[in-house]
Amino acid sequence: MTRLAVPKTYKLYVGGKFPRSESGRVYEVRSHDGVFLANAAQASRKDARDAVVAARSALGGWAGATAYNRGQVLYRIAELLEGRRAQFIDEIVKSEGVSAAAASAQVDEAIDRWVWYAGWADKYVQVAGNANPVSGPYFNISVPEPTGVVAIIAPQTGGSLLGLVSAVAPALVSGNTVVVVANERMPLSAISLGEVLATSDVPGGVVNILTGSPAEMAPWLASHADVNAIDLVGAGDLDWINLQIDAAETLTRVLQPENGPDAASPSLDRIVAFTETKTIWHTKGLI
Amino acid sequence: MSFLDYAPAPESQALLNLRSDYGLFIDGEFVAGRGEPFQTINPATEKQIAMIAHANSADVDTAVAAARRAYAHTWSKLSGSDRGKYLFRIARLVQERARELAVAETLDNGKPIKESRDVDVPLVAAWFFYYAGWADKLDHAGVGPTPSSRGVAAQVIPWNFPLLMLAWKIAPALAAGNTVVIKPAETTSLTALLFAEILQQADLPAGVVNIVTGGRETGQALVGHPDVNLVAFTGSTGAGRAIARSVAGTDKKVILELGGKAANIVFDDAPIDQAIEGIVNGIFFNQGHVCCAGSRLLVQESIHDDVIDRLKARLSTLRLGDPLDKNTDIGAINSAEQLKRIRELTDIGEQEGAERWSPDCVLPDNGFWFKPTIFTNVSTSHRIARDEVFGPVLSVLTFRTPAEAIAKANNTPFGLSAGIWTEKGSRMLAVADKLRAGVIWANTFNRFDPASPFGGYKESGYGREGGRHGLASYLKPAASRAAARTVNAAPAARIAATESDPKTPVSRKKAAK
Repeated sequence: MTRLAVPKTYKLYVGGKFPRSESGRVYEVRSHDGVFLANAAQASRKDARDAVVAARSALGGWAGATAYNRGQVLYRIAELLEGRRAQFIDEIVKSEGVSAAAASAQVDEAIDRWVWYAGWADKYVQVAGNANPVSGPYFNISVPEPTGVVAIIAPQTGGSLLGLVSAVAPALVSGNTVVVVANERMPLSAISLGEVLATSDVPGGVVNILTGSPAEMAPWLASHADVNAIDLVGAGDLDWINLQIDAAETLTRVLQPENGPDAASPSLDRIVAFTETKTIWHTKGLI
Repeated sequence: MSFLDYAPAPESQALLNLRSDYGLFIDGEFVAGRGEPFQTINPATEKQIAMIAHANSADVDTAVAAARRAYAHTWSKLSGSDRGKYLFRIARLVQERARELAVAETLDNGKPIKESRDVDVPLVAAWFFYYAGWADKLDHAGVGPTPSSRGVAAQVIPWNFPLLMLAWKIAPALAAGNTVVIKPAETTSLTALLFAEILQQADLPAGVVNIVTGGRETGQALVGHPDVNLVAFTGSTGAGRAIARSVAGTDKKVILELGGKAANIVFDDAPIDQAIEGIVNGIFFNQGHVCCAGSRLLVQESIHDDVIDRLKARLSTLRLGDPLDKNTDIGAINSAEQLKRIRELTDIGEQEGAERWSPDCVLPDNGFWFKPTIFTNVSTSHRIARDEVFGPVLSVLTFRTPAEAIAKANNTPFGLSAGIWTEKGSRMLAVADKLRAGVIWANTFNRFDPASPFGGYKESGYGREGGRHGLASYLKPAASRAAARTVNAAPAARIAATESDPKTPVSRKKAAK
C-alpha cells in the first residue's frame, strides 16, 4: 500500500520567519516537464519593503559580530546543507530536470562555496585593507566595512541553488544583510535554503528570501533609499538599465548582470564589491 | 595699529607669466575652442585674469579621439617604468614651478596664498611623486596579477582645489596606463593650463593628457562620450547622481567623490586647545569650500559654552582679506554664484531660529567675501545642519552620550568624513567604528596625503582616490579574473567598444530605453 505524501507549503523567508505574501498571491511552480510541484508565494512590493526593513534591523548585529563569529556561522550553513543533501538533490532533480548526479554535484558545489566564503570572513580585511605611510605624525589605516543592505536578483538560469548561494554568500562575508529575489521559475531550493538558514545560527533578517517576479520587485528594490547596494547578477533579462538609473537616485552601488555558467563565480572581488573603505587618521604624540 | 595688525605682506606676482588668452590643450598643443571664450576673474577683485577657450561637443570629440589615439599607439605600449618616469618628471617640474603655481591658484581661486603655497601645490607634487612609483608595480595594486588599464578616462573636477583635484585625477590614471581628457571647473581653469605647459616641458607624449575648458555642458559632453571607458567626477551630489544615471547600462567605470556634511565630534575630555584649532581648520580652511569640511560641530553639552567662547575668541583673530597676503587666513569666496548660495542658506539658518555670530571684520569693497560664521542652537532638522553650505559656516549641535553623538553624526545622507576629539583611545576607536564615513580624523582634521585613500559612503559617492585603493580604481583585473563579467552590453556600451563609430555623445537615458 502506498503512503499518501505530505507536500510542503513554500513560503517567503523574511526576518527569520516564514510568512506568506501579504498580497495573498501564489504562483504555480512546475517541473521542467510541466508537472505541478508547489504553489510558491508571489511576493509583492510590500513584501520587498518589509524584507528591507528586516535586513536593516539585522544589520547592526551581523556587521557588529566578530569576523571569527561570522565565519563560523557561514560554515555552519555548509554543515546543515550537507545534512540535508537528499532533500536539495530531490528538489533540484524535480524542478530542473537534471540527473541525480548533476543535482548532487550542484549541491556539493553550493556547500563548498559556503565553506570557501566562510573562510574569508576573518581574512578579507587583511587583503583589502592596509596601513598608509602618510607624511606626518599620524597613525593611518584603511579598512573595508560592509556597505549595508544589499538587494540581489539571483541568477535566473543555471543551477537554482548554486546561483543563489553564489550571489548571497559573498555579500554576507563582510557583514552586509541581504534581500534576495530567488530564481523565479525554480524557487524551491531557495525556500528550502531559508529553512537551513533558519535552523542554523544566522540571525533572523540577515538573509531574506523572496519568491515571485524579479521584474515586479526589482524596481522597488533598486529605488529603495534604504538599500545601499544592488546586485543585478540575475537581472540580465530585465530592463536592468532602468534599474541602474533608479539606483542612481541615492547613489546605490550597482553590480551589473552576468551571464553564463561562470556568473557570480567565487571571487574576492565579489566580497569587496559590497564594502566601503574607511580610512582613519590619528595623531601621534610628540615624545 | 593694534598688536594684531600687520603691515601688508603680499606675495609677488612678478614670477607669473600669464597669457591674455588660453586655448584648449588637445593632442599636445594649445588650440582654439569652438565655443564662445569666457573670462576667468580674480574673485578677490572681480578683475579679469585671462580669457579661456570654451570647448563645445566637437572639441570634446577631438580631445577624446586624441586620447584614444595616444592610448592605442603610445601610452599603453610604454613600459610601466617609462610611464613612471614621466610622472616623476611632472612631479619635479611642479616643485620647480611651485611658487608660480601657488600664486596663480590664489589669483584664480581666491584661497589664501599660505594654503596654496603650503598645502595645495606641495600635495600636487606629492601626488605625482607617489603614483609615479606605482606605474611599474601594478601587480601589487590589489586587483590580481597583470591588471590592465581601462583606456580613456573622462575626468571632471571642481573649483575648490583646482590643481590638487587635477593631480588626484591625472596621477593615478596615467600611472595605471590610461590616457585622460580632463575638464577643470569653469571658474578655475588657469592652473590646469599652466599645468599643460608643464606637460609640454616634461615632453609627455601628445594626447596622453587633454584639457578641455568650459561650462557644465562641456563636462556633460565629456562624461557622456561613448568612447570613454572611465568617468571620474568630483563635485556636487546632484551632478554625481546625474552622472550615475547617464552611465547606466554602459561598462564605464565610475568614481564619484561628492558632497559631505561632516560631523566634528568633540568629547568633554578632548585636548581643548588642539580641538579649537581643529574645528577652525575643519570648517574655515579654504573658506569652507571643502567637501569633507567639518561643517557640523557636535560638542558634548558639558563643555559647550567653553568651546563656543574659545571658538569666538579664536575666530576674532583670523585675518580676512587679500588672498595674496601671506598673513591672510580667510580668502575670497570663489564666485558670485557660490556667495549667493552661502547667503541664502545662512539666511534660512537665521529664519529657522539658529543663533548667528560672526567676528567683527571689514570686508573689502570689491570681490566676493563672507565672514566666518557660527550658528549655535542648531537642531538636526535645520537646513544648515542638513545641506552642504560649502562656505565658512559652522553649525553647532550638542550631545550628551557617545551613542547620541554617533546617531546625530550618521543622521545625514552623506558619509564622506568625520572628526573625533577625545584623549581616550578606546573611545575614539569605538566611535570611529560606528561612524558611516569614508575618512575619520581623530584629534586632527582635513589632513590629506597621496598615500591615504579618500572617498565617501552613501550619497557622498563611491570609489576611492589616493593610496593603493585610488590606483585600483583605474585598473581592470586581468581577463581571466573578469571572465564571468560577460555583461549584456547595452547599445551605448557596444558603441563605446568600437573605436571607428562616430563619436557623437549619446543620451544614455534614451539609449537605455
